[in-house]
Amino acid sequence: MKNLLVSHVHVLRLTLRRFLTTPLSSLLNILVFGIALSLPAGMYLLLKSVQSLAEQEVGTQQISIFLSMDASRNEVTQIGKQLKQHVGINEVKFVPRDQALEQLKQTTGLTDVIGGMEQNPLPDAYIIYPETSDAEALEALRDELQKWPNFEHVQLDSAWAYKLEAMLKFGLLAVLFLAVLLSVALVAVTFNTIRLQILTQREEIEVSKLIGATNAFIRRPFLYFGLLQGLMGGAVAWVLITVSLYLLNSSLSELTHLYTSNFALLLPSVGDSTTLLLLSAYLGWLGAWLSVAQHLWKIEPR
Amino acid sequence: MIQFSKICKRYPGGYEALKNVSFEITEGEMIFLTGHSGAGKSTLLKLVAAIERPNSGSIVVKGQNVSSIKGGALPYLRRNLGLIFQDHKILFDRSVFDNVMLPLQICGFDHRESAKRVRAALDKVGLLKHEKTSPIALSGGEQQLLCIARAIVNRPSILLADEPTGNLDVDYARDIMNIFNSFHQVGVTLLISSHDESILRQFKGRVLALKNGMLCP
Repeated sequence: MKNLLVSHVHVLRLTLRRFLTTPLSSLLNILVFGIALSLPAGMYLLLKSVQSLAEQEVGTQQISIFLSMDASRNEVTQIGKQLKQHVGINEVKFVPRDQALEQLKQTTGLTDVIGGMEQNPLPDAYIIYPETSDAEALEALRDELQKWPNFEHVQLDSAWAYKLEAMLKFGLLAVLFLAVLLSVALVAVTFNTIRLQILTQREEIEVSKLIGATNAFIRRPFLYFGLLQGLMGGAVAWVLITVSLYLLNSSLSELTHLYTSNFALLLPSVGDSTTLLLLSAYLGWLGAWLSVAQHLWKIEPR
Repeated sequence: MIQFSKICKRYPGGYEALKNVSFEITEGEMIFLTGHSGAGKSTLLKLVAAIERPNSGSIVVKGQNVSSIKGGALPYLRRNLGLIFQDHKILFDRSVFDNVMLPLQICGFDHRESAKRVRAALDKVGLLKHEKTSPIALSGGEQQLLCIARAIVNRPSILLADEPTGNLDVDYARDIMNIFNSFHQVGVTLLISSHDESILRQFKGRVLALKNGMLCP
């Protein structure tokens, strides 16, 4: 057990030394990993930020019903009762036209303009909270209510959020596709790097086999190299993403301030970062493993 | 210790290197393998270490059937053998010390214990003062000594040497043969090939003479 640990530490040291013997090409490989991974990972984080914004909006489902101006007070209360009896509706809130006007005055500060009007231009309205939050069911409910008498306009308040979410889903799929393509490219890059290493260390491999090295022993430094290269590439990608998101956020805050919003792009979470590092390390290891499996058995001592 | 029965080895292309070779070597013997160049000496040694496989017949080394050995068991067979090559097969990208260290690293020895063993092996062949130099700076004879140090550092029970004195001057050749003789005295089984019989006559040991791939009676 201790021997195994010692030999692994030895291999780790050997691998680091190999990085240092070819510093430029190792650095370039790590950069290739970093840049290639930061692209899909960064796009994923951007989409996730927008998605969290959409989810905030979708969180409270509501439908606004604006009644026609000529509905009588009696009809209005009747409609309220009918709405409360509807199975698909959880809660009904009545907003009388006078209250709506009062609210408008307060929130917009257009007191003078509204005060100058001869009559209240706003209709009575009901805000209903449906049972379901499913987009299709909500639309069906809206269509059903549209047909009721005295309903001027029925509005599904979160419709835009659903459309956005559908687009985001498509975006995420595109990012996934990009990530898969780039992963294959990174595996290929590592494959080639390790192939060159195997060729330059042909003699050492041959001698090692002659004096009783197991295949696992010969494979180990190459696998470590791929793994470490991937891990360092992942770290570079993480730094690239975090720094650029930080920079984007600082210029974004000026913009969102103008819209009185506190929207900010999400920085990579601990889970995201771990996934990124593990994935890149795995890609490096996989490339090395494939290369070793392909080339090592061809080197047999003569 | 080493047993060949009815071994035939034919290389791709049809060249027959060994024809129906049978012999047995008991533990602690020192065997000289002689014969002209191309007689099959190297092939015979390669068969013992399973670097080549026979076309027919069976080879048993330390009770293990080498002719049908599986790839996974091969490294553990070779750890029991000390291999000395005519072309040394030394690695020039590391120091003399690290060259001798390699077999111990492969077996996963503790670093401090290995360093002691490496120095002992280098001392045995008289290269201790060169431990930090690069093998490139060594003469041909010294490189052969380095190869021997690497072969014995693992304390194998069998030493195989392919033309260890080839291309070396008489002094180095005698040094090397003396080193082999001292291993023989501590009970190591040795199989040494040489085309130069004059040097072998100075030492006691059974001679296996090969001629055109066949063992002379």
